[in-house]
Amino acid sequence: MAINWFKYSAPTTFYGLAGKLIPWFAISSALLFAVGLYIGFVVAPVDYQQGEFYRIIFIHVPASILSMFLYLVMAGYAALGLIFNTRLSSMMATAIAPTGALFAFISLWTGALWGKPMWGAWWVWDARLTSELILLFLYLGFIALHASIDDPRRADRASALLAIVGSVNVPIIYFSVKWWNTLHQGSTIKFSGTSMHVAMQQAMFTVLVACWLYAIAVVLARVRSIILERERNTTWINELPEVRS
Amino acid sequence: MNGLDIWMREHTLAYVWLGSYAVAFLIFAVEIAMVRHKRKITLQQVRMMRDAEDEAGDAN
Amino acid sequence: MRKTKPETLTDMKPRHKRFVFIIAAVAGLAVAVGLVLNALESNVSLYFTPTQVFNNEAPHGRSFRIGGLVEEGSVKRDADGLTVNFVITDRHKSIQVIYKGILPDLFTEGKGVVAQGRVEADGLMRADEVLAKHDENYMAPEAADALKKAEAANAAAAAAAAPASAPAAPSSAK
Repeated sequence: MAINWFKYSAPTTFYGLAGKLIPWFAISSALLFAVGLYIGFVVAPVDYQQGEFYRIIFIHVPASILSMFLYLVMAGYAALGLIFNTRLSSMMATAIAPTGALFAFISLWTGALWGKPMWGAWWVWDARLTSELILLFLYLGFIALHASIDDPRRADRASALLAIVGSVNVPIIYFSVKWWNTLHQGSTIKFSGTSMHVAMQQAMFTVLVACWLYAIAVVLARVRSIILERERNTTWINELPEVRS
Repeated sequence: MNGLDIWMREHTLAYVWLGSYAVAFLIFAVEIAMVRHKRKITLQQVRMMRDAEDEAGDAN
Repeated sequence: MRKTKPETLTDMKPRHKRFVFIIAAVAGLAVAVGLVLNALESNVSLYFTPTQVFNNEAPHGRSFRIGGLVEEGSVKRDADGLTVNFVITDRHKSIQVIYKGILPDLFTEGKGVVAQGRVEADGLMRADEVLAKHDENYMAPEAADALKKAEAANAAAAAAAAPASAPAAPSSAK
């Protein structure tokens, strides 16, 4: 059976599809969080250097990865909206920004709590930490710029440019530990593999997938509200059962 | 070494849980609440606008 | 006459024009950022290595950071229990550091360290802050022990060199 993918890029069909998918993403995310944290706190051993403190990694690394990937996805949608003038892409970019900002904040917060006992400082202005902070500001700038322009289409275009330009920061975050002397250690998960203990890896990847599913569920829920808001003058919105009641 | 430094070393798991995981899940909970709230508000607005239009249509 | 291909920017469809514009803008920005960061190299880096300090690349007369490994066997504590002497090395050059204060948990001989302070005329750094830099490897204590034993066994085997009377190597898997 051939699926017409373009059908789902129209807000009309996407709205219903997203509504059906959200519960599944939400439930599987909650389950995977439980499994990942069980492996991380019960199965995985203590670290030979850092003892129990290293267990912050199971939320710190997934949150950092999500903050960077979500930015690229957001910039990608913003670019699609700018180039093809598709309504849904711009709405998706707007829906992703708050979740990305929260993951960037969680990454910085858990990193500070990890840095204090292990390095001896909550914060240092090294390249990795500073570029991640810039990422948080880029998200906040995107949200603020979009909110400050009344005409939604103009707001989409202006904030899309900011998102696209800011995506230069993502590779800088990733490679900062390689390019400069930083206090932050190098990447544990490299393209060539990892030296990490198996149970630690499993816990980290499970929480990573849980975070992904959580992000998808929240973004879909948010984009549904944005669709309702922006398309409220159309007949299909006024015929929705939740609107008619 | 101040009190917090000593406490986090004596109660490492509590520090990790309360400081990192509880904060992260609290943030998730707040975000979920905000998304649900926005949905409620938006639906109300859309209904209000439709009702206003219907009334305007009836008046004609 | 119909054109089959857009030949100049003005002939292109608006969407293609936007696409080219965005690609060009991002590429231009990436180059600009790259050049700026390259020019700022020494300011972006958090610390200098002892070799850089000996090559006079580190700032004079103001506080800066030196990073490297704590040299094995170099840590000496004064009688007051607070003042610590140690040597930071990058395996080429090394610099002696004097620090009075509490050291981070991960401060150990042979591990990474970043110290901030001034280097006086006598070549000693008087540090106001010492941070530990840990590596990106995470493993269970037993695994770390096994690794250490295996390394020791390898070193012993290398020391014993070729003789056929090599002692039964202790199994590294424990």
